Amino acid sequence: MKDAFGLSAIYWIVHRELKLTMRRKSDAITPLLFFVIVTSLFPLSVGTDVEMLRRIAPGVLWVTALLATMLSLPRLFEQDYADGTLEQLALSPAPLSAMVVGKVVAYWLMTGLPLALLAPLLALQFYLPTTSILILATTLLIGTPVLALIGSIGASLTLGLRGGGVLVALLVLPLYVPVLIFGTGAVDAAASGLGATANVSLLTAMLLVAGFFSPMATTAALRIALE
Amino acid sequence: MPWFAAAAFCLTVAGLYVGFFMAPTDAQQGDGYRIIFLHVPVSWMSMFIYVVMAFWAAVGLIFNSRLSAMMASALAPTGAMFAFLSLWTGALWGKPMWGTWWVWDARLTSELILLFLYMGFMALQSAIDDQRRADKAGAVLALVGVVNIPVIYFSVQWWNTLHQGASVSLTQAPSMATIMLIGMLLMALAAWMYTIAVALMRVRCIILEREYRTAWVNDLKEIRQ
Amino acid sequence: MLEVSNLDCVRGERHLFHDVSFLLRSGEGLLITGENGSGKTSLLRMLVGLTPPFAGTINWKTRLIKHLGAEYRRELLYCGHPLGLKDSLSATENLQSIASLVNEPVELSVVQDALERIGLQGSAHMPVRALSQGQKRRVSLARLFLSRRTLWVLDEPLTALDTKASQHVAQAVDRHLDDGGIAVITTHQDMALASPLQTMRIGA
Repeated sequence: MKDAFGLSAIYWIVHRELKLTMRRKSDAITPLLFFVIVTSLFPLSVGTDVEMLRRIAPGVLWVTALLATMLSLPRLFEQDYADGTLEQLALSPAPLSAMVVGKVVAYWLMTGLPLALLAPLLALQFYLPTTSILILATTLLIGTPVLALIGSIGASLTLGLRGGGVLVALLVLPLYVPVLIFGTGAVDAAASGLGATANVSLLTAMLLVAGFFSPMATTAALRIALE
Repeated sequence: MPWFAAAAFCLTVAGLYVGFFMAPTDAQQGDGYRIIFLHVPVSWMSMFIYVVMAFWAAVGLIFNSRLSAMMASALAPTGAMFAFLSLWTGALWGKPMWGTWWVWDARLTSELILLFLYMGFMALQSAIDDQRRADKAGAVLALVGVVNIPVIYFSVQWWNTLHQGASVSLTQAPSMATIMLIGMLLMALAAWMYTIAVALMRVRCIILEREYRTAWVNDLKEIRQ
Repeated sequence: MLEVSNLDCVRGERHLFHDVSFLLRSGEGLLITGENGSGKTSLLRMLVGLTPPFAGTINWKTRLIKHLGAEYRRELLYCGHPLGLKDSLSATENLQSIASLVNEPVELSVVQDALERIGLQGSAHMPVRALSQGQKRRVSLARLFLSRRTLWVLDEPLTALDTKASQHVAQAVDRHLDDGGIAVITTHQDMALASPLQTMRIGA
């Protein structure tokens, strides 16, 4: 390998994943539809009081985005595992951790990013003021990659198990708590005049830490699953 | 092992005696505070066991020793029980003190998440049929969890100050009388002994279950009978 | 040189095989037979380094494969039970994509040539999903014609193949061994090989 960090492997896998998704677009669209439908259910169930909707909006959008991410998590490695591609990737000379990074990046590009871009639109349903919407979108942009990174650990641990989907939720949701807190906290803090900077920088710090550690854990878990 | 169990029993009796009969009634809280003798040691243990579990998991993963993986899975149910007990006694304590079963206090919330982490660990291990994979996957999860615990605790505290204001604080406890401290330490030791006894017992079960084909197990006199 | 000594395999609670040892030098091949569930696939997965051996060692050129890592994997070609093909990509896309990951990009014409040699003209551009089992197997095995790897590890390569395709595979293996390669193959069928192979039966 010419590059020690496997940059070409990362590029390769991102490229391939995007190509595959283009061939099966429904895979990428389903979580987005879920996101749209579930958020729209909230006003229907709790009423259309403007003040209240405004107050619950960050929480609702964040929790729904989190669930949408989680629903699509099994897709991250399951197919590759079933058709033997994962085996071949693990046996290629390129470092597996680089491929994990590539997988997560591609996965985020196809779920996290669209979710973050869609959120401002849905926030309008909740009468959020423009500044709050901007902050919400920012936190989602920083937070969804963290969700994807932590989620990849859960997805790799439950690879090929019965009832994997529910199990992923059980493993991953407690770990999502900090992201959720800082993500929604930022919007609240801004609304109450405290400023969202602290929250946003903490989220960024989490992204950096997760970006460093979680590929290692995921790689280890994948090797275990392939044994 | 019976020694640890016996020690656990004696210490519990002593601790409860000190706690319920020797310690003075608290000026502010009356006798209701006495649950502290159960609540605090149990909470300590629930957190400590997770760290120990993660330690054994790491040892098992690095040195590939099966016994330490077994230790980790033997500790998980006890830890979960302590976490649950801690929440339960906390609720019982909170009802007379704060007038409510549950407060979204930072510590309570963290303890709840800790319980979830234990449950996730056990669920993952029981979902995997292959023992070796179960051990290793559990170990990875335990390690990820232990890295996350400080982050979770910190974030919950942050969230708490943001949302909650100063409604109730657990840190108000005035300087503690020595006798109360003694009672609490006795109970903490009892919890220790209990954990060691139960974990060893469970490890013995796990070993026998996994090795039931091997010659040495079949040579045990209990089995041959 | 591939040297395997005293390999043990335990799956769940079953002891599959015990004390498996063999030595393969350049140009030598090994044919592994055994009943279903005797641990053939497990043995191959140990050889390629996916499963760590329960006991025993595997050495490649006198060094443990565990320590060689990527260096070993660069010389290794493994065809497993799941074929490692993406359903929605075509045969050529699949083959080219795998090759470019390892920095061994191949020309389209070369890939097409390989597919032709294994008897897959015409369907090279259809998504793999539309192919039959045997055709998919052929796509996967076309890698044999593209690779310059030294060690081939093939798990039941002849499954679902017709006589003619089987012959093609056998020829590919023969050529590989003539060129000084090493091959480890499990199979139930008779393989019409010209070169003499060691054989080994595992399991009870």
